[in-house]
Amino acid sequence: MKTASRVLKDLKSAFPRTVPILLGYLFLGIAFGILLTDKGYHWLWAVFMGLVVYAGMGQFVAVNMLFPGVNFLNAFLLQLTLNARHIFYGLSMLEKFKIMGKRKPYMIFALTDETYSLLCSAKAPEGIDEKNFFFFIALLDHGYWILGCALGGLIGSLLTFNTTGIDFIMTALFITIAVDQWRETKNHIPVLSGFACALLCLLVFGASHFIIPALLCITVCLLLLRKPIEKREAKEKAAIREVDTDAL
Amino acid sequence: MLSNTSMLLYVLVTAAAVIMTRGFTFLLFPAGKQTPKVILFLGQALPCALMALLIVYCLKNTSPLLYPYGLPEAIAIAAVILLHLWKKNNLLSIAGGTAFYMILVQFVF
Repeated sequence: MKTASRVLKDLKSAFPRTVPILLGYLFLGIAFGILLTDKGYHWLWAVFMGLVVYAGMGQFVAVNMLFPGVNFLNAFLLQLTLNARHIFYGLSMLEKFKIMGKRKPYMIFALTDETYSLLCSAKAPEGIDEKNFFFFIALLDHGYWILGCALGGLIGSLLTFNTTGIDFIMTALFITIAVDQWRETKNHIPVLSGFACALLCLLVFGASHFIIPALLCITVCLLLLRKPIEKREAKEKAAIREVDTDAL
Repeated sequence: MLSNTSMLLYVLVTAAAVIMTRGFTFLLFPAGKQTPKVILFLGQALPCALMALLIVYCLKNTSPLLYPYGLPEAIAIAAVILLHLWKKNNLLSIAGGTAFYMILVQFVF
């Protein structure tokens, strides 16, 4: 019983982190469920896709391509390029996921944009098992997504209130995380290169084709700026150490 | 419409592509082996840069040249940032900013 209540405590500490995703995924999932059932498919297909594909953008594109005679190889290749950004998310999780043990494959499978953005800055509060904390963040998000897909497929057509603009919730989530990151460090080279590369590539390649060029541009930029970035990191760490010794 | 079998295959093909992109990095740098320092560096520097990319991605269809000139987005983003600097509460910043944005696009612009 003791372990069960501990696990429950870990779950409770992870839940508040995921509330923005709860709202965002329910809405997006509902939109997806409506889209798929509008095409004549059973709502359980929406649930199944939410369960095994679990990719917002990927699922929407998959439904848009869903015509008789769809070329599976084309669909596969398109999904690979569409989701290529996940390769870069993995880089930041190599160390973090080392502790995950048997749950590591699930963590990798469930690494969506939103879960990635939460896990980047997630630190388990004191007394909370970090493994469970990370795992529950991923699992809750996945659950919200499946629930949204199911709701959309089942009752989507009954929704009548005006939801225009609700998709801003994901923008707001990423902005608050960026603000937190900005406050946490004085080393702003990475985020500034991120904005510069993303905007430049958006201008050059246009809205539907800029993600992959931007990812490559960001990587090159960070590698070129590695020395100044690491110098600043070291300086900041030294400053923190100084404060620590002062406090003693 | 696709038959159930084709649909199942289609969903599994899509799922395979997604899981391959998510797992690629972990296969390339297995936990048992020493990860190259340059990769660890990228892993540390990327979150900030990618958050910037995700924000730009969210706003990619906003045009500053056509009415309403990206004003609702600009105002709502400013609101989120100010609210977040002031109250430091993620939920409040996200929910408040989104509600504000919905009002802007539904009633003001």
